Amino acid sequence: MSEVFTTAVMIAVVASAIRLAVPLLLASLGETFGQRSGVLNLGVDGIMLLGAFTGYYTVLKTGNVWLGLLTAGIVGLFLGLASAVIAVTLKAEQGISGIGVYLFGLGMSDLLFQKLVGTPIPIDTFPAVNIPLLADIPYIGEMFFQHSLVIYLAFAAIPVATFVMNKTTFGMNIRAVGEYPDAADTLGVSVSGVRYATEIIGGTLAGLAGGVLAITLGIFQQNLTNGAGFIAIALVYFGAWRPIGIMIGALLFGFVNALVLELKTLEIIPRDLSNIAAMAPAIITILALVFVARRFRAPSALTKPFTRGK
Amino acid sequence: MKRRSITLVVLIAAFALIAAACSSDDDGGSGDTGDFKIAIVAPSASNDLAFTQSMVDAATKLKDDGVIGEFSVTDGTFVVDDAAVAIRDYASQGFNLVIGHGSQYGGSISEIAKDFPETSFAWGTSADTFGLANVYAYEAASDQGGRVMGIMAAALSSNDNVGIVGPIEVGDAKLYVDGFKAGVLVNKPSATVNVNYIDSFSDVALAAEAGQSLIGAGADVMSGTAQMVVGAIGVASTEGVLWFGTQANQKSLAPEIVVASQVYHWEHMLEEMVSNVKDGKLGGELYVITFANDGLVIEYNDDYDLPSEVKDLGDAAVQAFKDEG
Repeated sequence: MSEVFTTAVMIAVVASAIRLAVPLLLASLGETFGQRSGVLNLGVDGIMLLGAFTGYYTVLKTGNVWLGLLTAGIVGLFLGLASAVIAVTLKAEQGISGIGVYLFGLGMSDLLFQKLVGTPIPIDTFPAVNIPLLADIPYIGEMFFQHSLVIYLAFAAIPVATFVMNKTTFGMNIRAVGEYPDAADTLGVSVSGVRYATEIIGGTLAGLAGGVLAITLGIFQQNLTNGAGFIAIALVYFGAWRPIGIMIGALLFGFVNALVLELKTLEIIPRDLSNIAAMAPAIITILALVFVARRFRAPSALTKPFTRGK
Repeated sequence: MKRRSITLVVLIAAFALIAAACSSDDDGGSGDTGDFKIAIVAPSASNDLAFTQSMVDAATKLKDDGVIGEFSVTDGTFVVDDAAVAIRDYASQGFNLVIGHGSQYGGSISEIAKDFPETSFAWGTSADTFGLANVYAYEAASDQGGRVMGIMAAALSSNDNVGIVGPIEVGDAKLYVDGFKAGVLVNKPSATVNVNYIDSFSDVALAAEAGQSLIGAGADVMSGTAQMVVGAIGVASTEGVLWFGTQANQKSLAPEIVVASQVYHWEHMLEEMVSNVKDGKLGGELYVITFANDGLVIEYNDDYDLPSEVKDLGDAAVQAFKDEG
């Protein structure tokens, strides 16, 4: 057991946790915007998959990881727009339409991969960027300040999102539309406009999450996300619809996964308990959800289409 | 408005299903080049450079050689219920041999085979034919190739530390991992062999982190099995750690670090099955591919400068298995 608490192991676990958390963090952050405005999008995983393939294919053809990330975000943007049309304008049942978006992303990403690429081909990945001075701090530097630029940007998005949500007029409108859309409408806020904006933001972030995943791994494969989009949705609830809570949730999920992996490598987790240990991240997430459900409530207008006068 | 939205949702779902179907179904055959038809239902992509690809490659070879007229593949059906639908569908379409290429399909095969007594079914990797006259079972003695490559891995490791990434500790995966570990320890009994089963066949990101964890624990040579190892291979490539592959030739994923791959050649077994079915024997037999029957082959990466003495160790181990029969 003492092997667990060596500095080398802890550094490895924390660094791994951060890498595992980032795609979840981005997708979850995007979904938070949507849900705070009252729109549920269960298609996050599908958007991530199409973002992942687009980012992967762009890097494969151009060798430019940043162009790959950009195209992943653009694809996510358009899928977010499509989701908005379905949920906001057409007022479709959001749960069902989201599953449709997910199935579309799952099938289309695989179809495109089979037709355009075929066999998995490795691509360039994001280079590591050591933050000057900070990266040299013993132990801490290796844990936190020797990652790729996208990881730093992902975590920087948290305070930005918090500021937008709490300190800007746009953020106030999002919260108002998500809680009292009728009241917001009477005050001149365009409920549809706000929801369109949040869905586009959500789709863009989901696309970026997929792009980050594929380019970080340096490969694409069928169903690459392995359901990460649904974990991201759960993390929205875990984080009580707040960016900082989502960050904590994503890091906790990543940390538990990373710790379980490390304990398996060190053979501290017996082989016959391995599959039980693998459930740890999900169990902890469920427990946290139960806790959150007791203390926080979802936006009042979540999943409810808005029609003026109704 | 409500009617239009429902219509649109239905259209999107239908389009999604069509897209998914287009990505899953691949007709490897055409027309009337022969009347023997094979269908393959598999859990991962046909080009996964692992389990599914090995069987699809075998069927392709049989078609190219004119042994069969047509084969069809439904891949990506990890969900057993979806696979069962596909298996039953192929049987009712008159395919001569329907292969459930995944150990999770056993229950479905045992049920469906009873409804189609004139159709031959095969499933693997498993040794159970359920006592049914129209079910073949097949396995790969993947522990043989694991042992051969484990011997070479130990010889190549400069610090006697080897890592293995596995999916779930069952079936073919466990067989291979156990064989690889045994091979390492036969060559260097004091070597450290860390095994990490990530409990998923498909989580590429987790496999990548497992690879990172093993490298952090000191591994300078690694191996792994199942379709998610592409993640671990990527990490090995980045860190300059050598890799031994299995199920299919994984050289293309990282030509600078993949030393060799144990490749499954199911075609000899398939050819024999086809012949038996044509002769009226629809099942009731277990096939095991081994080095002795050329079902297993070690394919070396010519781009990697493998020391001749290490290759000699590998070749000697293969010959030993062949001599055993």
